[in-house]
Amino acid sequence: MTAGFLTIVRPGLLTTIQDRGRFGHQAAGVPVAGPMDMFSHRLANQLVANDANAATLEITLIGPEIAVDVEIAVAITGAYFEVWCDDRLVPMSTSITIRRGQRLRFGKRIQGARAYLAVAGGVQTPVVLGSRATHLVCRMGGHEGRGLVAGDQLPILAGSRPGPTRKAVGFVLPTSGRARLRVVPGPQADWFHADAMRAVSGVSFRISPRSNRMGYRLEGPPLARLSGAELISEPVGMGAIQVPGAGEPILLMADRQTAGGYPKIGHVISADLPLAAQLAPGEFIEFATCTRQEALAALIARERQLLRYSALKDAS
Amino acid sequence: MRIRHCGDGMLLVEFAHAIDPLVNERIIVLARRIRERRAQGIQDVAPGYCTLGVHFDPLQTDLAALEHAIEVDSADLDAISQVPERTAVEIPVRYGGKWGPDLDAVAAYAGCSAADVIARHMARTYRVYMLGFVPGFAYMGRVDPSIAMARHRVPRERVASGSVGIAGEQTGVYPIESPGGWQVIGWTAIAMFDARRTPPNLVAPGDCVRFVREEGSGA
Repeated sequence: MTAGFLTIVRPGLLTTIQDRGRFGHQAAGVPVAGPMDMFSHRLANQLVANDANAATLEITLIGPEIAVDVEIAVAITGAYFEVWCDDRLVPMSTSITIRRGQRLRFGKRIQGARAYLAVAGGVQTPVVLGSRATHLVCRMGGHEGRGLVAGDQLPILAGSRPGPTRKAVGFVLPTSGRARLRVVPGPQADWFHADAMRAVSGVSFRISPRSNRMGYRLEGPPLARLSGAELISEPVGMGAIQVPGAGEPILLMADRQTAGGYPKIGHVISADLPLAAQLAPGEFIEFATCTRQEALAALIARERQLLRYSALKDAS
Repeated sequence: MRIRHCGDGMLLVEFAHAIDPLVNERIIVLARRIRERRAQGIQDVAPGYCTLGVHFDPLQTDLAALEHAIEVDSADLDAISQVPERTAVEIPVRYGGKWGPDLDAVAAYAGCSAADVIARHMARTYRVYMLGFVPGFAYMGRVDPSIAMARHRVPRERVASGSVGIAGEQTGVYPIESPGGWQVIGWTAIAMFDARRTPPNLVAPGDCVRFVREEGSGA
């Protein structure tokens, strides 16, 4: 039952619709897309009692202004912004009720790069190959396969009354311009000097302005390969650190292609990808090696954090 | 066969590092077997030329059981000693002119006429090794070595949807307008990918493809 619309008054820099991603079609070359920061996407959904796969708005660096024509619960997580509902400042990481005719306006960004706006029931744009996620290059999913523009109207549900306030107390993800990401060795780690990964541990890489949802180009010490061997194109996943011939690594992010032909020196662990997503071009990444056991333990810790928030239904 | 870990959410099953129809056939059989297990946590099974990517949710997957399943499912793959015959999908092409801006360059590279390039491109039946780059983009091989021109050093910012290209011994069709470096020798009206179809992709890994001259096209 579609009952109302979010109307985009100002789109911000890049606002896209994302659910968990378009899985099951990588064999046909269909990229997964989905949120850059899966943790904040899921947290936003949880705060308005949505399924984890409900579609949210991913808001990048400069936020939008959005008019709402039905009463609806929303929650904003991820990057910290000053957000106004008409003339009232609204709390982050907390479910809030927006009334018919009110406007949600993103102001100053305080920390982090990407915020997630969940509405109760999720954004109801058409499902393409099982997902509402927007892939910009393929012009697939979301609203007409693109970033939102002024005047776009996104269908939402309005059957459910806003529930009790939920607040993610102590949520801390965004960082201040720098993140330490844990890495496990990649499938071609042995194409590099044995200590290449150790050598880059603690070194700062700057995120190039030519970075986007597909990947972050990292400026720093070049990672020299042992040989000039060519890799036959193979499937890749989010978090892979691939190294083209020039030695400038690329960290593959949400809109990555399904396959690639560059050797991968390492993989950022799933638990730390949300930290990468909260960095903007010009900010810095440091790598630290870890084991697969540590990677799994870190992911379980994040999952526990989400579960804890789901239990909190208390008023703020 | 070797299983490599790609971070905490993907396994890469590696076979001989070669572009070889038999190796690729084994990968496709393994992909089907793993899919048919419908094991909890598996998100995607994606074949490459000589590797298989198995994407999974680390919190939903029994990784040891998955690795064991891959080993069991791979055990008899060496018994596949030939590639089964398959009916070729025909792709009608308008070659040259405005449809194939690089046809003359490929002819110059090959030291033959444009007509010879077209004839050599149409003469072979190609195997679809993998799909990637954009939805429905099929990497097919192998192209006659005499016309196997390398891709442009500087890719074009826009290659039209339907463009038929050559990159070394690979050939392919751009399903959507995108940047690209392949030598474009023709164009097809056929939709390689349509999200509204089931399946959306015209060809899948393991399929055979022949290019034929579109009826009524001059070139």
